[in-house]
Amino acid sequence: MIDVAPALPEIVILTAASIILVVDLFVDDARRHMSYWLTQLALLVASCVTLKWLHLTGVKAFHNMIVDDMLADFLRIACFVTVSLTLFYSRTYLQARGLFRGETFVLVLFALLGMQIIITGNHFLTLYLGLELLSLSLYALVALQRDRRQAAEAAMKYFVLGALASGMLLYGLSMIYGATGSLDVDLVARALNGAQPNRTLLIFGLVFVVSGIAFKLGVVPYHMWVPDVYDGAPTALTLLIGSAPELAGFALALRLLSGALQGAAVDWQGMLIVLAVLSVVLGNLIAIAQTSIKRMLAYSAIANMGYMLMGFLTANRYGYAAAMFYTISYVLTTLASFGVVLLLTRAGFEADQIDDFRGLNQRSPWWAFMMLLVMFSLAGIPPTIGFYAKFMVFEAAVTEGFVWLAVVGVLASLYGAFYYLRIVKLMYFDDPVDTAPIAARGDARVLLSVNGLALLVLGILPQQLIGLCAIALTQSNFP
Amino acid sequence: MTGAATAPFLSLAIFVPIAAGLAVLAVGRERDVAVARWIALVGAIAGFLVTVPLYAQFDTTASAMQFVERAEWIPRFDIHYHLGVDGISVLFVLLNSFVTVLVVWAGWEVITTRVSQYLAAFLIMSGLVNGVFAALDGVLFYMFFEAMLIPMYLIIGVWGGPNRVYAALKFFLYTLLGSLLMLVALIYLYNVSQSFAILDWYEVPLSFPVQVLLFVAFFLAFSVKVPMWPVHTWLPDAHVEAPTGGSVVLAAITLKIGAYGFVRFVLPILPDASRSLSGFVITLSLIAVVYIGFVALVQTDMKKLIAYSSISHMGFVTLGFFLFSQLGAEGALAQMISHGFVSAAMFLCVGVLYDRLHSRQIADYGGVVNTMPRFAAFLMLFAMANCGLPGTSGFVGEFLVILAAVKANFWIGFLAGTTLILGAAYTLWMYKRVVFGPVANAGVAALADIGPREFWLLAVVAAGVLAMGVYPKAFIDVMHVSVADLLTQVAKSKL
Repeated sequence: MIDVAPALPEIVILTAASIILVVDLFVDDARRHMSYWLTQLALLVASCVTLKWLHLTGVKAFHNMIVDDMLADFLRIACFVTVSLTLFYSRTYLQARGLFRGETFVLVLFALLGMQIIITGNHFLTLYLGLELLSLSLYALVALQRDRRQAAEAAMKYFVLGALASGMLLYGLSMIYGATGSLDVDLVARALNGAQPNRTLLIFGLVFVVSGIAFKLGVVPYHMWVPDVYDGAPTALTLLIGSAPELAGFALALRLLSGALQGAAVDWQGMLIVLAVLSVVLGNLIAIAQTSIKRMLAYSAIANMGYMLMGFLTANRYGYAAAMFYTISYVLTTLASFGVVLLLTRAGFEADQIDDFRGLNQRSPWWAFMMLLVMFSLAGIPPTIGFYAKFMVFEAAVTEGFVWLAVVGVLASLYGAFYYLRIVKLMYFDDPVDTAPIAARGDARVLLSVNGLALLVLGILPQQLIGLCAIALTQSNFP
Repeated sequence: MTGAATAPFLSLAIFVPIAAGLAVLAVGRERDVAVARWIALVGAIAGFLVTVPLYAQFDTTASAMQFVERAEWIPRFDIHYHLGVDGISVLFVLLNSFVTVLVVWAGWEVITTRVSQYLAAFLIMSGLVNGVFAALDGVLFYMFFEAMLIPMYLIIGVWGGPNRVYAALKFFLYTLLGSLLMLVALIYLYNVSQSFAILDWYEVPLSFPVQVLLFVAFFLAFSVKVPMWPVHTWLPDAHVEAPTGGSVVLAAITLKIGAYGFVRFVLPILPDASRSLSGFVITLSLIAVVYIGFVALVQTDMKKLIAYSSISHMGFVTLGFFLFSQLGAEGALAQMISHGFVSAAMFLCVGVLYDRLHSRQIADYGGVVNTMPRFAAFLMLFAMANCGLPGTSGFVGEFLVILAAVKANFWIGFLAGTTLILGAAYTLWMYKRVVFGPVANAGVAALADIGPREFWLLAVVAAGVLAMGVYPKAFIDVMHVSVADLLTQVAKSKL
C-alpha cells in the first residue's frame, strides 16, 4: 500500500479542479460565484490538509519521486494563501472584464498544482513536469482575454520564450543524467560527492539548468519576457504570475541547485553572481524609465529576484534562509502592490499608468498609505519587511566574504529607490486628475489592509518568520 | 542610578510621540482640525515631560549607559531592543522633544492643508529621532535612522515650497546613499564581533585597512547628514523648500544626528583610522567654516542664508570632535545644543515673516522694526546668538572649540576664529537689511506685530538661548564624564 499522505494536498487540488470543471458547466453567469467560492474552499481544504499531515522531517513517496518535508509544507501553504488572496483581490476586476469564468479558476488551480509539484519534487522529471504544468496553465491564462491584442501578444511571447527555457532546462537535466547516471535528486547528489563524474558534461548541463531556472525567475539576461508579459496580461493575471510562481521558482532553484547539485556549488555560484549583479544593476536602472506601473513593477521584480539570488548564491543554509525570506517578503509585497492597482481599476479603466496614482492621498489616504508601505518595502527602507529581506541577503553575502556584492547591491538599491519614491511623490505631492470614488468589495478591502499592514508589522517583528525559514531549511536537510 | 528600577523613560520618549501621531491620524478630519491640533500638542508636551526625568535623574558621575532597557528582538542575528543614554546623547533626546513642542505650536494656524497628516508626521518623526539617540543596537539605530527619512520626505514634499519635489528627492537620495553603505559596515562589524551591540564594537580589534574602509562608509553616512562640505548641497534646497516646521526640525535635530554618529560610531569604534584621518576631517571642517561662511554672506534668500550658516556652524562641531581634546569635544557638543536652539529660533523668525508676506527674499523687506518692534527685538537676540555673542548660547561652543583649536595648532585656531567675523557679518548684515532702515514697501508697512502665540513661542526659545549662555555648566556637567570616557576610547589603539 502506497502512503498517499505526502501528496494529499496535490490530490485535493487536482480533485477540486476536476469537480469545478464539471460543476461550472451547470451554473449560469449569474451564479458563477459558485465556482469562485468552490475554488476558495479548495484552497482552504488543501491548507488544512497540509497542516493536518505536517511532516516535520522529510518523507519520500512514490519511489522517491516526491518529498514532503517542512520546506514543502511551508511553501505549499504560502502558495495557497497567495493564490487565495490573488483571487480575492481580482474578483471585481475579472467580473468587469468577462474573465470571471470557470476556465479561469480551473487554470489557476492547475497552475497551483504545478507549483505544488515543483515544491515537492524530488526527481528531475517530477520537477520538470510540475514546471510544464505551471507554465502551460499560465500561457493559457494570459491568452484568455483573446480579443485584446496585447494579451494575445504577451501570451505568444511568454509561450515561445518559456518553451525555449523549458527546453534548455530539459537539455541540461539530460546532460546531468549523462554525467551522473541518475535523475533522482538524492542519487545525483550522492554521485557528485562520490566518484568523480564526467566534469565537462556536468558543467555543460549545469549551464543549461541555470539558464532554465534563470528564465523562470526572470533574471537578466533571461528577463526579456517579464516586462512584456506583466504589461500585456490582464492585471489580475499579472498578479498571479508575479506572486506564487516566484515561490515555486525559488523551490525549483533550491531542489535542483542545492538538493541535487550542492556538490557543484562552486561552479554554479559564479554563474549566479553574474545573474544577480546584472539583475540588480539593470533591473533597477531600466525601471526608472518606465511610465507604466506594470512595467515598472516588472523591472522591479527582475531586480528583486537578483537580490534573492545574492542570498542564494552563498550556497549555505543561512543564504538559502535569507533567499527564502526574501522571496516570501517579496511575494507579500507584490500581492499588496498589485492589490492596490486592482483596487483602482474599474470597468474600462486599467489604472496601469504611474500617473494614475497622482494625488491618491487626497482621494483615499488609507490606500495611499498602503501603497507607500509597498514602495518603501520594495526600496528596502525600514521599518518594512523589505528592509529585513535585504538585510538578510546582504548579511549572508558578507558572511561568505562577498562584501563587494553587498556594496553593488546597496548602490543599485540607492538608484532603485528613485522610482519607488516617484510613486510616493505622485501619490502625496501631486493633485489628483482622476476623482472617481474607489469601489471595491469589502472582503478585498479588509484583506488588502491586513496584507499591507503585515508589511509593517513583519518589518518590526520579523523574528518568527526568520526563524520559520531557518527551521524549514534545517529540518529539510539543506546544507 | 541605573535605569533598572525606574520607568522605561526612553521607550516612553520614543513611543509617546509616535502613539500621539497615530492618534492624530486616526481622529483628525479635514473639516475639524482643532481636535487634531490639540491632540498633537498634548502628545508633544507629554513626549517632552517623559524626557524630563532623564535629565533630573541622570547620574553625572557615571560614564556607563543609563536608563538601559534591553530585550531580545531577533535572536537569529543577536539583535536586541537595546536602549540607553550617556551624557552625550541624553541632551539630544531632551532637545528633540522640546523642539517637537515648538514645531507643533509653530504650525498651529499656519498649516491649513492636511493638518492631521502634518502634525502626525512631526510627532512620528520625533519618536524616531529619540530612537536614534537612544539606540544601543546597530540595527535598531539603523532602523530609526532610515525610518526617519519617510516622514521628512513627506513633510518637505507635501507642505514645502514651489521646488519641493526636487528638494525632497534630493534630500532622500543623498541621505540614503550614506546610510546604505553604513548598513554594509554594520553587517561587517556584526560579522567580526558576532554582535550588534554598539558597545561591543568598541572593544573589537580591527586592522588598519579595515578601519579605513569602515571609516569611509560611516563617514559618508554621517557627513551627508551633518552636512559637511562638499556633500552639503542638499541642505540649502531642503531648507528653503521645507515648511517652517520642517526647517526647524532639519536644522535643530537631524543635523545633530550626523554629528552624533561620529561620536557614537566613528571615534570609538575606529580610533586608529579617526586619528590618522583627523587632518582630512579638520580640513573639510575648516572649509565649511570659512568658505561656507563666505557663501552665506552673498545669499539673498533668508532661509538659504540660515542654511549656509548652519553648515558653517556644524563645521565647528566636526572640528571640535576631531581635535580629540576635552575642550574641543565639549565645545562641539555645546555647539550642537546651542545650534539646536538658535537655528530653530532663526527659522521660526523667518517663518513669522514668511507667513505675513510670503517671501523669503531679503530684498522684499526693510524697516520691519517700524511695524514689528517686538519681533525685531527677538530677532536681534537670536541674530546675536548666531554670531556667538557672550551671554548667549552661541558663545559657549564656539569659544571652547576655538580654544581647543589654538591649543592644537595656531593656524587651525586662526581659521576657526574667522567665524566670529564672518558669522557676525552675514547675520548682522541680513538683520540690518531686513529690520532697520525706512519702511521699504507697502507690504512691510502693513505688517502686524507678532501675536501672543508667536510671542510665547519665541520667548520660550529665547529663554533657552539665554539660559545656556549664562549658565552652561548645567549642560556641560552632564556630558563631562562621558566625554572623558570617549576620549580615552579614542586614544586606545585597536590594531
